[in-house]
Amino acid sequence: MHVPDGFFNGGASIGAGLVAAGGVGAALKETGRQLADKRIPLAGITAALIFALQMLNFPVLPGVSGHLMGGALAAILLGPWLAVLVTTVVVVVQAVIFADGGISALGINVINMAILTAFIGWMVFRTAMKVLPKTTGSVIVATMLAGILSVIASALGFVLEYAIGGTFEVPMGTLLAGMAGVHSLIGIGEGLISAAIVGSVIAIRPDLVHGTADYETTRTLTAPSKTSIGVFVAGGVAVALALVLFVAPIANPNPDGLQSVAADAGFEETATDHPIRGPLAGYQVSGIKSERWGTVIAGIVGFAVISGIGVLISRGRSGQSP
Amino acid sequence: MSGVHGHVLHYHGHSPVHRLPAAVKLVVMFVFVMAVVLTPREVWWAFLVHLALIVSVIRLAGLPWRFVLRRALVIVPFLVAALMLPLVGPEPDVVVGPLSLSVEGLWGLWNVVAKAGLGVMTSIVLAGTTEVADIFHGMDRLHVPPVFTAIAGFMMRYLDTIGGEVSRTRTAMELRGQRSRWWGNTVAIASIGGPLFVRAYERGERVHNAMVARGFEGTMPVLVETPITRRHVMVAAVPTLVAVMTTTFAWLTSLW
Repeated sequence: MHVPDGFFNGGASIGAGLVAAGGVGAALKETGRQLADKRIPLAGITAALIFALQMLNFPVLPGVSGHLMGGALAAILLGPWLAVLVTTVVVVVQAVIFADGGISALGINVINMAILTAFIGWMVFRTAMKVLPKTTGSVIVATMLAGILSVIASALGFVLEYAIGGTFEVPMGTLLAGMAGVHSLIGIGEGLISAAIVGSVIAIRPDLVHGTADYETTRTLTAPSKTSIGVFVAGGVAVALALVLFVAPIANPNPDGLQSVAADAGFEETATDHPIRGPLAGYQVSGIKSERWGTVIAGIVGFAVISGIGVLISRGRSGQSP
Repeated sequence: MSGVHGHVLHYHGHSPVHRLPAAVKLVVMFVFVMAVVLTPREVWWAFLVHLALIVSVIRLAGLPWRFVLRRALVIVPFLVAALMLPLVGPEPDVVVGPLSLSVEGLWGLWNVVAKAGLGVMTSIVLAGTTEVADIFHGMDRLHVPPVFTAIAGFMMRYLDTIGGEVSRTRTAMELRGQRSRWWGNTVAIASIGGPLFVRAYERGERVHNAMVARGFEGTMPVLVETPITRRHVMVAAVPTLVAVMTTTFAWLTSLW
């Protein structure tokens, strides 16, 4: 997701830079008074943790791997504004010092990996915690959801930006399907890692979790184990796969909104008679030869994720330890 | 590893590029990369000028090519992805040997290779010739908000600690038979993350208290300040102006 130089045209790079600067400026204003506070070292350590964890890739599909983005994790630990700053620091330092991600693409990368992930993650977490009982188990479920949806939001942000200012014309339906599909899988990894980290932090030092600062969370009797979360996700995926076998053939013939937009824009025919042509094979379902299959697989993945979310919420609501 | 000083990304040297204040280098880097990105892809000679500029700066800095190329490997996944463009781009195609390649796709590939390649080399020159602490101090001088550099400073301070801890844990896991599969890897990363965070935080808390007790007020004191002289500005202006003029001419020729 660290976009290098040359993927976006000059106008889009500068425009994204201005938007990102506005967002980071607002975050600075919100957090400016806390400079001498202990939260600055906390922010620095969160940044270091995210940076270190981003170096570890986890494979999601054969030939495709993902890594943690960390925006949702940072938002839950520090609140959304400080999280924007923390993830921006990570992205800027990676571009300037580690040459990972382009200097001209800083705006794009900050919007996708810092602003979108932090705010979507925060909103999902807070909304989920409103619905769920105030237990540590719910915190873990809500973090998981926040992680998954923040990564998907980030991927969708990229697709939208690429539609506005990408340097190379790609069929948007394919790009969208590929990005959303693969990032649903990456999102599961993100959700699991974030949930485990927040879960153990809230067990040891609940005062360090900003997302639950305004209420007490009661400990559930049994500590939530990673395997039980895994069982739920696997169960959700299985249910969804079964579902999609019946639903996908019916749902597939109707083009979605973006595909019809693509048809109006005149590059639909290039989209149907060629294999996947996104510039981001690293993020795509590689080895899939037709858009139709790519869409079906992305659909399966999407269904799987949504079903998994449903299963998790229902388990969380029934008050059991997830 | 010894904290921020003597970072692995830094190549020790005493060249004019090393001696240039970090603030000046940051400005030059930013202007240069923007000039590269704004260069129209059809004007191939402009990229030759940009390349000649960055190559001469690398030579002047005395950075070994092995060092530069090894670090430039970060962009390889993106270049591999871009290799798909000529195969899948829209018509018209050109036939090259057994392959039928899209003209538009070839231009797309060239655009990404040229701009990402030049961009990555620029960052490598900055990090290779500047200590990390100096880069943050340079950002301070350029009026980057102090909260930002304070977080970045703490981050770099703890990165080696946390990174070392992560890699030791991984070695230990692999020695005990853990394989890097999707599930196992994710669970492993997840389970080391939490305790690592709390441990690092409690350590950071103590260090921060110690710093506050010794008069820390949010920004690190600078012991040796390199003044930005007219000479520095003139040295830095040469490549910057050449790059900007190249891009301007490239635009003019592409408009005709």
